[in-house]
Amino acid sequence: MGPIATLYNLPEWIDLIFALFIGIGFGFALEQAGFSSCRKLAGMFYGYDTTVLKVFFTAAIVALTGAQLLGFFGLLDLSLVYVNEYYVSASIIGGVIMGAGFIMGGFCPGTGVCAASIGKIDAMIYLSGGLTGAFLFAETYPVIQELAMKNYKGPVKINEALGISPGLFTLIMIAAAVMMFWIAEVAEKKFARNDISSEL
Amino acid sequence: MNPYLAGVLLGIVLLASMFLSGRGLGASGGMKYLVVSVVGAVDKNHAINTDYYSKYFQEGKKPVLNWLSIELFGLLIGGFISGALSGRLRFRIEKSPRISNAKRFLFAFLGGLFFVYGAQLARGCTSGAALSGMAVLSVAGFVTMIAIFGSAYLFAWFFRKLWI
Repeated sequence: MGPIATLYNLPEWIDLIFALFIGIGFGFALEQAGFSSCRKLAGMFYGYDTTVLKVFFTAAIVALTGAQLLGFFGLLDLSLVYVNEYYVSASIIGGVIMGAGFIMGGFCPGTGVCAASIGKIDAMIYLSGGLTGAFLFAETYPVIQELAMKNYKGPVKINEALGISPGLFTLIMIAAAVMMFWIAEVAEKKFARNDISSEL
Repeated sequence: MNPYLAGVLLGIVLLASMFLSGRGLGASGGMKYLVVSVVGAVDKNHAINTDYYSKYFQEGKKPVLNWLSIELFGLLIGGFISGALSGRLRFRIEKSPRISNAKRFLFAFLGGLFFVYGAQLARGCTSGAALSGMAVLSVAGFVTMIAIFGSAYLFAWFFRKLWI
C-alpha cells in the first residue's frame, strides 16, 4: 500500500533514490514525447503541432484515473498524497508570467532540462535564465511576499468545490480530454506547416 | 514516440511518484534548491540572515540533497538516455531560420527567467503545479494550467516571428 515512503516511514535516502528513478522516468518520457524541441512545443500556440496538449492531458487522465482506482481499492492512501495549496492571486499571476516565458523561450522548466540534456544550446541558455529567475525571486521576495500569500484557500480539491464525487469529476475530465484530442487533430490539419514539421 | 503513448508513459511515472513518495513531479522546484545551495556556498552570511534562504538551512539541512533537486538530476539523465537511444544527441541551436542566434538566445534567456520567476510565485510550474496538481484534483493545479496556457495563447501573436 502507498505512499510507500510515508506509510513505512522509510529513511530519507531511500526516498531520494525514488526521486532519482522518478526523475529518470520523467526525463525519458518527456524526451520520447518530442518535448526536447522548442519549435514543436511552440507549435501548440500556433496550431501546427499539438503534441503538448495530447501528451499533457493523456498523462493527466492516466495519473488521475490511476490514483482514483488505487485509492478505491485501498492500495493508495490519497489523504497522504500532497495536494497543492491554493493561493488564488499567486496561482493566476504566476501562471500568466509563466505563459509569457513559455512563448518567449519555447520551453517550460522540465522540457528545458530535457532539451539541454540532448545538447540543445538554446535550452542551456533558457536554463541559465531560469536559474536567474529563481535567484531574482529569492532576492525580491520581501517585495512580492504579500502577493504570494494573498487569498489563501488551503489545499482545495476541485470536485469538493463543485460538490461532486471525485469519480464523476474524473469521468468529466476524460470526456473533456477526448474532445480536446479531437479538436487538436482537426487543428493540426488546418494549421499544418510542413516546412516546420519536416525539420523537427 | 506516438504522443498518446508518451502521455501514458508520463502518466505512469507521475502515478509512480505519488505511490512511492506521496508527491507529484517537479522541475522548477529543483532549480530553486540549486540556487539556494549556490547562494549558501557563496555567501553563507547572506543565506542565514535572509528569511527566504534561512529556512532551507535550518537544522543543518543541505538543500542540494532535497527530493526535488535529486529528481531534477534524474530528469537530466533520463532525457540523455532517451536522446541516446533515439539518436538525437547533438550540440545544436534550434530556432526559426528567420531569426538570428543572438535573438534566439536573448528570448530563450528571458523565457527561462520569466517562467521560473512565475513558477516560484505560483509554487510550481507546468509539471509541479499544473500536471501534478490536476492529477490530485487540486483547484490550484487547474487554475495554474489555465493561466499558463491562456497567457501563452494571449501573447503568442506578439512573439509569432520567433516561431513561424
